[in-house]
Amino acid sequence: MSYIKKPLVRHPSLRTNQLGLTVRDYEGAMSTLCAGCGHDSITAAIVRAFFELDTPPHMVAKLSGIGCSSKTPAYFLSGAHGFNSAHGRMAAIATGAAAANRKLAYIGVSGDGDSLSIGLGHMSHAIRRNVKMLYIIENNGVYGLTKGQFSASADVGSKSKRGEANAQAPIDPVMLALGLGATFVARSFSGDKAQLVPILKAGLLHDGFALIDVISPCVTFNDHEGSTKSYVHTRKNQVPIVQTDFVPLAAEITAEYPEGSVAKVTTHDGTTIHLRKMAADYDPTDRTRAMTMLRERQAAGEIPTGLLFLDSTGGTEMHRGAKTVSTPLVDVPFDELCPGRDALEKLQAAYR
Amino acid sequence: MQHEAVASSAEQVQPSGEEVRDRTNDFAFKLANVNGTGSASANGLIMQAIFRMGIPVSGKNLFPSNIQGLPTWYEVRVNAKGHTARTSVYDLIVAMNAETYARDIREVRPGGYVLYDSTWPLSPSLSRDDVTFLGVPYAQLCNEHFTEVRERTLMKNIAYVGTLVALFDIDMDIVTGMLKEKFARKPALMESNAKAIKLGYDYAREHFDCPLPMKLEKMDATKGSILIDGNTATALGCVYAGATVAAWYPITPSTSVLDGFKAFCETYRTDKATGEKRYCILQAEDELAAIGMVIGAAWNGARAFTSTSGPGISLMSELIGLAYYAEVPAVIVDVQRVGPSTGMPTRTQQGDILLCAYASHGDTKHVLLFPANPNECFSFAVKAFDLAEKLQTPVFLLSDLDIGMNDWVVPRLEWDENYKPDRGRVLSKEELLALPTPKYYRYSPEDEYGVAARTLPGVHEKGSFFTRGSGHNKLGGYTEIPDEYQEVMDRLARKHRAARNLVPPAIIEKRQGATFGVLTVGGCDPAVREALETLEERGVHGDFLRVRGFPFGDEVEAFLAEHEVVYVVEQNRDAQLRSLLILETSVPKEKLRSITAYGGFPLQAHQVIEGIALP
Repeated sequence: MSYIKKPLVRHPSLRTNQLGLTVRDYEGAMSTLCAGCGHDSITAAIVRAFFELDTPPHMVAKLSGIGCSSKTPAYFLSGAHGFNSAHGRMAAIATGAAAANRKLAYIGVSGDGDSLSIGLGHMSHAIRRNVKMLYIIENNGVYGLTKGQFSASADVGSKSKRGEANAQAPIDPVMLALGLGATFVARSFSGDKAQLVPILKAGLLHDGFALIDVISPCVTFNDHEGSTKSYVHTRKNQVPIVQTDFVPLAAEITAEYPEGSVAKVTTHDGTTIHLRKMAADYDPTDRTRAMTMLRERQAAGEIPTGLLFLDSTGGTEMHRGAKTVSTPLVDVPFDELCPGRDALEKLQAAYR
Repeated sequence: MQHEAVASSAEQVQPSGEEVRDRTNDFAFKLANVNGTGSASANGLIMQAIFRMGIPVSGKNLFPSNIQGLPTWYEVRVNAKGHTARTSVYDLIVAMNAETYARDIREVRPGGYVLYDSTWPLSPSLSRDDVTFLGVPYAQLCNEHFTEVRERTLMKNIAYVGTLVALFDIDMDIVTGMLKEKFARKPALMESNAKAIKLGYDYAREHFDCPLPMKLEKMDATKGSILIDGNTATALGCVYAGATVAAWYPITPSTSVLDGFKAFCETYRTDKATGEKRYCILQAEDELAAIGMVIGAAWNGARAFTSTSGPGISLMSELIGLAYYAEVPAVIVDVQRVGPSTGMPTRTQQGDILLCAYASHGDTKHVLLFPANPNECFSFAVKAFDLAEKLQTPVFLLSDLDIGMNDWVVPRLEWDENYKPDRGRVLSKEELLALPTPKYYRYSPEDEYGVAARTLPGVHEKGSFFTRGSGHNKLGGYTEIPDEYQEVMDRLARKHRAARNLVPPAIIEKRQGATFGVLTVGGCDPAVREALETLEERGVHGDFLRVRGFPFGDEVEAFLAEHEVVYVVEQNRDAQLRSLLILETSVPKEKLRSITAYGGFPLQAHQVIEGIALP
């Protein structure tokens, strides 16, 4: 992301990652979102996460639907293939893409309109299929591109810019994902990069569907007094339930957590996620407890954030469930796909 | 007299009407059953036996949209000349459904026969004095010879096969051979089937004058042919084309395309030792997702397809437009059924022609392939993938229920071992690096077909681009500038026009002294051919053209130009093919006369003949 156009020359002191790339190499086009948009902060966190993971940009496929959030894949990883599809359809398109080529990293960026209304079914089924991808909901409780209608995640009592109060109960993507059996469920805040970056990294390496709901206030239509998704409201009510640190496979584990108890979760590829429990009795590997905790906190008007649930095995990811060959299907040679003339001759004996 | 004849089960009454004449290898019969009683396998046995005797035959399943209990019919036509269109002139009816007796008996032509279960007497009100009633007490026979309840029901159907073997003089060795093949691994089932056939056969031999004037004599007209349905052939085509991702949502009558694809993939693409599959089948949550998955997979470089029917196309239209505009290949198999709305799911129609030609909002135009039989379903399925990738656009394979779900006798499927998939313009890493420009641009430069090279994710950073369904210029960048937008839209129109030379050319058959042309599509083929041949015998000559692709090729234009009158035969109310011809060729619309049949049953020759105003 860059909202302000940056110079083309590279500052010699810019840190490089293991691929010799700088953080600038993970950026994309200039953002056309409103100045101060939370989505741009998320973009910056995505850029940072990929940089820190040493991901070759061209091995990433970034997809989105329609909406402000769905514009953002243009603003990161210009070296990756992007697909800005149709409203609400990103999950389906990502599923097909993942089916065809299992060696790429998939990141889908969506909004609350895109994911919780028109695309709710597709998102739910991507969770159910456990498609290996990082699915980000940039959640601002409002339709920005069509100028301020309530979305399905707008809280009861949340006020529109004109003062009208929302009466319908919101759909909470985190509760929904937990209910649907998602193996990685997190919530964060666009203004909390320290929390968001490690969660993004863990989500990208998760061997299944990773959902991150990011509260991302809309500066134009939903960042005012009376909004439950404004910066002020979120800052005041955000409660980090778990503090996350992500330790890549190659790096030495140096992170120390003197306070509180630390849960170390080793993922399938050997990387480690450190979860420092803010609430002493919180177990982020217990789905039921996570749901209960969320309900309690939400009733108290809090916005619990952090990696809320993790099944580090990834569960039955789509390809594992389907027993697909480990070679990406796009790379399987044609002669292994076509049975050939003799087989056709033989087969036709059954149609005599 | 009829009253008694009907009531006494085994008595044969000679018809008083039409003279009985020899109808060897030229007759039609209809089997009336109850849906869900296992009649399909009995009917299939007869059909296959006739096919194996070398006689041209066709079978049409007229079934209800219901799992069990409603009336269902199967019609078989044998014709030595090879006319296999549906005919509703029945020489014999097997009346196994009491609910429809009245109607079934009415439908037999004078001089014909009614074979029925005489365990219970037929109502006198059903009698006709111009047909012969042949009663066999199937229920009674099966109750006596089978102990299990289910067997007693199922074997009634197999028993009438035995009767027909006697009545039509079907080669019993062929039938026995088929049972052996079919139940090779289930000897108990083979035994009961053979027993049931013998029951029906022996009863007929003892009580009736076998064979009937309508009988079968061996020919060798089906040598080199197979008996197959279109959906199975389509599925096989998708396997042979190298499709690896199939995404779909169940819908009649296209479901068996995916059933077939899955079965063939399990046979040919599953590693026996490890169980690993070289394919991925996604049963989507809806049709919107199904086409989305196809687009995602194809964007990533896989050959991907979906199969659906009209209601599915309605739902998919949004993303079909995306694939058209973003230029992503997609193969969509549409096995058409009767619309609008839910329509009649188990009846046939060609009602999606315009929907598919222009699916989605804005200026969209698609490539359509129109197979007329299972053989073309196979070869056109392969062609569909080649065209979708060559042109980077959605391609529709427009089949229908008649082609898809009925068994057709067609020439054996052939496969060219030298076939290489036409993947179109896809840049490799090396080609990307060798580009003269520092960057790769998605939609430039175009080739003779209006197609630019594409790149696949994961190949090289230089190939990265942003696919979008929003306004874009020829470099792939977002635009709202009129000229830039129009430039892309004009190229897409050029691309579509270029496809006219890539789709399968029309089949054209000309006759000496032809005074008109007949243009048709898809499964109308056999009825139209038969109609033209019948007219020929009456001294009326017409030329024949069957379109096999859209956009229409130059040969279609030429055919339209050289005839004063062209009858357009199709199966929908609004003459959609005619509309498409008016819109997309330079033919004056006055020239085109429409012949339509759209009640849901396959087209018959007489419907075409009646539609042609004779000079």
